Amino acid sequence: MIEVRVFATLRDGRDKITMMAPEGISCARDIMTRMNIPDEEVSILLINGFHQKPESPVKDGDVVALFPPVGGG
Amino acid sequence: MDARYERNFPALSEAEFAALRTKRVLVVGCGGLGGYLIEFMTRIGIGTLRICDGDVFEASNLNRQLLSQVPLVGTGKARAAAERAAAVNPEVHMEVCESFMTPETVVELVQACDAVLDGLDNIESRKLLASACSEAGIPYIYGAVSGWVAQAAVAMPGDGLLDRLYPENAKLKSKSVLSFTPALCAAMQTALCVKLLTGRPVESGTMSYFDLLNLEFEIIPV
Repeated sequence: MIEVRVFATLRDGRDKITMMAPEGISCARDIMTRMNIPDEEVSILLINGFHQKPESPVKDGDVVALFPPVGGG
Repeated sequence: MDARYERNFPALSEAEFAALRTKRVLVVGCGGLGGYLIEFMTRIGIGTLRICDGDVFEASNLNRQLLSQVPLVGTGKARAAAERAAAVNPEVHMEVCESFMTPETVVELVQACDAVLDGLDNIESRKLLASACSEAGIPYIYGAVSGWVAQAAVAMPGDGLLDRLYPENAKLKSKSVLSFTPALCAAMQTALCVKLLTGRPVESGTMSYFDLLNLEFEIIPV
């Protein structure tokens, strides 16, 4: 399973942690699409604690963390 | 030692404080983050504080901006910040720019500063400021807030932090900010700034992220 953690406003209408079967998922964007999260709503994307991009590969057992852009002041 | 600063010790050494008194720090933006950044840097006793904002206070600032008050709605934020700083600590030398930072003015604005504190409220201005700091070889101390969330990091010259934090198409979803979130963010930024200016180790390449709603704190590699 792939563990997907979402933070801050990405939790609106979603669980904090989602366990996702790896079938049909090859990259982080596949997870985002499945969760209905467009690219522009993700600022920081970590795979197993390392900064990655939506096109970065994801495999069974990975932990994916998604943070939204924060930019107010 | 001036009684004003006696509670700075021994958390700071005398040598560290003496170093702080010789430093010049720029704060760009005198609103939510900027108001607290200016307050914290003034009270600790920074040598020179350069501040910049062309904006005026609006009623919608009153929920979170330390320097905003009902009688000040319609008046300049940088001017209000300078007056507050002078009332709090007249020993801090103030340099005040009452215009917005632009691509034409940013190079001069960061010139001769030892560190730059981000009190901005949008991605485009942050990228402009971070790029100017990088060009000038000056550490840039990033901070940003949204709702219940605050995040802060140090960008050392050339490390391209902002491009990683904000991919090209990144869009801010909401302008909501609660009263306490900028205070926390500015506290993290000021602590980073003081550590940098006093020669203490500061880890770059990571960002501190606080979610006050869920009481979560993460150190994120960036």
